[in-house]
Amino acid sequence: MVRLVQQRSIVVLIALLVALAGLIEVIRPGAVNANWVSNILEFAAPLGILAAGQTLVVITSGIDLSVANVATASAYIMASQAPFGVTRGIIAGLLVGIVVGLVNGVGVAVFRVQPLIMTLAMGLVVTGTLNVYSQASVRSVPGVPDVIHTLGSGTVLGYVPVSLFLWALLAAVLIVGLRGTGFGRLLYALGDNPEATRLAGVRGWQVLLANYTACGLLSAVAGIVLAGTVNAADLSLANVLLLPSVAAVVIGGTSIFGGSGSYAGTIVGALILTVLNSVLTLLDVADAVKQVLYGAIIVLLAAAYTRVLGRE
Amino acid sequence: MATSVAAKVSGPAGINAGRAVRRYGWTVAVYVLFATLMVATLIVKPDFGAFEWNTLTLAALPLAFAAAAQTMVVLSGGIDLSVGPLMALANVLALRATVGHDLRYSVGVALLVLLEVTLAGALNGAIIVLTRVPDIVVTLAMSFVWAGLALLVLAKPTPGIPLDFQNLAQGSTFSPWVPNALLLLLVIPLVWIPLRRSRAGLAIYAVGSDRNAAFRSGVNLGLSRVLAYAVGGFFAACGGLALSMTTGVGSPLAGTYYTLSGVSAIVLGGVSLAGGRGGMLGPLAAAYILSLIPAVLIYLGIDPNYGQMIQGVLIVIVVMIGGIGTVLRRA
Repeated sequence: MVRLVQQRSIVVLIALLVALAGLIEVIRPGAVNANWVSNILEFAAPLGILAAGQTLVVITSGIDLSVANVATASAYIMASQAPFGVTRGIIAGLLVGIVVGLVNGVGVAVFRVQPLIMTLAMGLVVTGTLNVYSQASVRSVPGVPDVIHTLGSGTVLGYVPVSLFLWALLAAVLIVGLRGTGFGRLLYALGDNPEATRLAGVRGWQVLLANYTACGLLSAVAGIVLAGTVNAADLSLANVLLLPSVAAVVIGGTSIFGGSGSYAGTIVGALILTVLNSVLTLLDVADAVKQVLYGAIIVLLAAAYTRVLGRE
Repeated sequence: MATSVAAKVSGPAGINAGRAVRRYGWTVAVYVLFATLMVATLIVKPDFGAFEWNTLTLAALPLAFAAAAQTMVVLSGGIDLSVGPLMALANVLALRATVGHDLRYSVGVALLVLLEVTLAGALNGAIIVLTRVPDIVVTLAMSFVWAGLALLVLAKPTPGIPLDFQNLAQGSTFSPWVPNALLLLLVIPLVWIPLRRSRAGLAIYAVGSDRNAAFRSGVNLGLSRVLAYAVGGFFAACGGLALSMTTGVGSPLAGTYYTLSGVSAIVLGGVSLAGGRGGMLGPLAAAYILSLIPAVLIYLGIDPNYGQMIQGVLIVIVVMIGGIGTVLRRA
């Protein structure tokens, strides 16, 4: 039994997801319907995409604490540039992610700076620059263009969120890419044993550089989708998603020490966190209590996970 | 077994010049950077006087404690991303309990708050040790718990810290050039020096630098790590009380800034995030440097919004220089 659980951890996670949905149904009968599922998917999509970048980095035994700052900055710059053309706005937003990711990558891969401190400092730089930019160039909080609004909160056939298509596409690329491509296997190798990878003739710095850039790009995409979902792009848009982006990865079974894990797990992790939020909202308690419960439950989940699977 | 570790850490210093440079070089460099910045400040603002110095010490006080808290935890090989919320918790607890009371009562409350938040820090450590979930995940999640509790204690920023209690930090009892806010920093060496010289302090360094070696030397790993988090909680509580004294306000969100700035300060101060290497002197100077930058920007007439950006860039440059050093030594 234990072995089954260890090998098929994703089954346990999905069971947990179903149990949480069941809890909602018990608290408020009839709440779990097609509309609810559609909502959950819509709000899980930005988090899932943000956690995708985080998964890539964590697999190489790094961490990116600038994902939320990058997402916020990308969304803001996309929205403020959109009046000059939506395409220009989107490209500008994505460029923010690529540039910050590239700098993170240079710091971590070339200068061997600890990922934690490198991305933390870059987060400060991004937020500081964004504050200066917002005061220098924009008169009011920019509006979100219609295309992005549709991307973030539109639905097809009444229930299927538009953002789900983008998320599914990215997920397919990541799951296949991590499992089946040389680049994907190198990420696991670097996370598991960088020294052995080097001795095998891999230029690790190139892989890491590409990886952090990919993480920056995914963060930018997540920020833009999120701006569409909440139909606003303010200066603290995605900042609340930093903890969930790490938590989704950890709950999804990717080791924070690198070398193992999958994006499929992260997807379920992101869904669990979104459903958990929904449960807490239904409980109708003060925001402060919600926050305490949210933190405590994440600790409990991570602890149970570590214990059951015997992983660290 | 333990004595061999002891000899390594507190053996005769000063004989080996290369080792002295390796050990103290970074700290000296940080103080030189601070001195240079002070000189630059004096050039930019020739009338920099006791008042400006006092303002600087007040601004640096909470950050210095935040850095001390983070140093404790990082030396033991962990990281505490809930330092800011712990400070906020101490800050709002102090406000709720002292409002409308006299100095003696306030000091009593302060001692109680120190105890409570020390226990909160110890709880962080205990959860990490017992569940074996990585430090960063637990403290990130616990930061929500502590921030939520702070919000429960006090929903929005409220003034009302007794004036006498504020004056413990804001005045300058002895000389205008020795503000009380500078003297309060003495709490750090008062706790740190005895701890460092004790077995427990040595164990914290040992656990941080090589967990296996420490275990084989008979160090109680779990206890040492919980102790590091508890002392970290104590310093975070000091930081929260410092916020109360310097601002006179209880604010549930006041601590947010200090988690990241504290990490910035210790990295600038030469504490290795890998654990086991560094001390308290570097981070203290770094806290002053990071507090001086926004002040200099204001003196220069530059938008203080650049402050965060410059702080980030400074840290990136510093860690990259450190990184080059590592790469060159390996080559």
